[in-house]
Amino acid sequence: MTRTQTLLALLASLISGMGSQARAENLILSLSSNHVAITSTYIGTELVIFGVIGRDQASATRSEHYDIVVSARGPRSHMVVREKAGLGPFWVNQHEQKFLFIPATMAVVSNRPLDAITSPDMQSRYQLGLDSAIIAKDRRDERFAQALIRLKQRDRLYESLPQNVEFITPNVFKAVIPVPARAPTGLYDVEVALLSDSVRLASQSTHFEVIKIGFEQDVAEAARLHGWLYGFAALLMAGLFGWLATIIFRRD
Amino acid sequence: MMEFYLPIAELPVNIWLIVGMSAVVGFISGLFGVGGGFLITPLLIFLGIPPAVAVASVSTQIAASSLTALISHWKRRALDIKLGLLLLSGSSIGTVCGVMTFNALRRVGQLDLTIGVSYIILLGGIGLLMLYESLKAFRARRSGRPVKLSRGVNHPWYFGLPFRMRFPASGLYVSVIPLLAMALIVGFFGALLGIGGGFMIVPALIYLFRVPTMVVVGTSMFQILFSMSGATMLHATTNHSVDFVLALLLIIGGVFGAQFGARAGRHLKGEQFRLLLALIVLAVALRFLGELALKPDDVFSLTVSVNPAARAAP
Repeated sequence: MTRTQTLLALLASLISGMGSQARAENLILSLSSNHVAITSTYIGTELVIFGVIGRDQASATRSEHYDIVVSARGPRSHMVVREKAGLGPFWVNQHEQKFLFIPATMAVVSNRPLDAITSPDMQSRYQLGLDSAIIAKDRRDERFAQALIRLKQRDRLYESLPQNVEFITPNVFKAVIPVPARAPTGLYDVEVALLSDSVRLASQSTHFEVIKIGFEQDVAEAARLHGWLYGFAALLMAGLFGWLATIIFRRD
Repeated sequence: MMEFYLPIAELPVNIWLIVGMSAVVGFISGLFGVGGGFLITPLLIFLGIPPAVAVASVSTQIAASSLTALISHWKRRALDIKLGLLLLSGSSIGTVCGVMTFNALRRVGQLDLTIGVSYIILLGGIGLLMLYESLKAFRARRSGRPVKLSRGVNHPWYFGLPFRMRFPASGLYVSVIPLLAMALIVGFFGALLGIGGGFMIVPALIYLFRVPTMVVVGTSMFQILFSMSGATMLHATTNHSVDFVLALLLIIGGVFGAQFGARAGRHLKGEQFRLLLALIVLAVALRFLGELALKPDDVFSLTVSVNPAARAAP
């Protein structure tokens, strides 16, 4: 119901905005929610993006159909990849490489596999695909870069989903972005690229925030802001349960 | 179904899995008077809980389970408070040194290796020693000879060092220097490995200081209760890494497990007790040895850079 209303609102804004666009194609996006709330029962979720492809009256009618690639990137931090090698009888970390500004999570969703949409060269130029998580100057040793992507995929933090974009009409699409169970709190960037015939026509970005609410937020805040009180409460709980157990077990 | 999102560890876990796991470890803990940290901390890390959160929350749990066990030992007067206080003072100094070493090694990237090697040496050494001792005791018992383990007439040389002190509850008259040194080493490795160190104190008191087995467990529990309470406060105020929910789940499983363990321990003979503990300690040592010696599934590993500037925005 609300999605239909969103769509209608989008279409209305699209129609009113027509004619003023300089480019041939443009994108109008709407996220199903601009925040993901982490509650006690949170085990991961999905966000839905609705998008409308606006076309200038003057633009030529395209023979190729449109492709949509949505990239959602989590908060960034520096990461270290280490490689173990045999040292005597033991396997020991020996080589390491540092990677800067690596997104904690990354989801690349599209209407068909990226390789079918455009060439590998264009993918890296347009920053499409999981490989774009690593900035170019950090790609000194490809083995380490590939290991980073592979380890992130193994933990289900990085995902490539080539069937998660669905065209409702030729100009209206819906994309489903997974938010993993272990997604950290913070700001997530969402970038939507519109391609046709392996060329990018338009791109548009939006973002959402992952936040803890209710109990989860209270505990996290208490731990951060009132360390002494929090530690004392934890010990009090420990003492209470430790003592309670002896009471319960006393009668036999 | 029974998933709960941990507010500090920042991931959902299965409640029953955590409670069940801690109950089993709690049983072992109550049985042998060891904190059980050397068993449960690696398990939690394996589940994906960040090591800092696992170590901090386990220290809260060990405080709870050691209190339970301590109360039951207290009722039977099976502890030596004077000895416990002395050990506590030694181990607190060791803890501070251990925490500093921990942070230095983490920056260098060789923390895993150090932890692995330390576990293998400590657990392997202690385990083999105990295994040898208890098998000898078993053989002696079978051949009809009296078991002579406790308090022989010939005291080891370090008993006679300066500052001798009497510990009536343990029947001990010994220099405080070796006791403090032992406690310092235990505190150091305890902080380094994120464990209470009961598995080191118990054998050391039995074999090096000839303290009666039943007094050892209560005394070890006494020392662990205070050092783990201190560790909880330290983690809560510096790293903010104590997960209240995780600690609660661990405590619920742990305290009840420990009660059953302490109960079962009363029906166990001294040699049986030592043999079982030796086997458990050796099993954990073997697990760490395997982790280091076998080729890992993936030679690459990924960690967040510990560099303080790492969380800057692009």
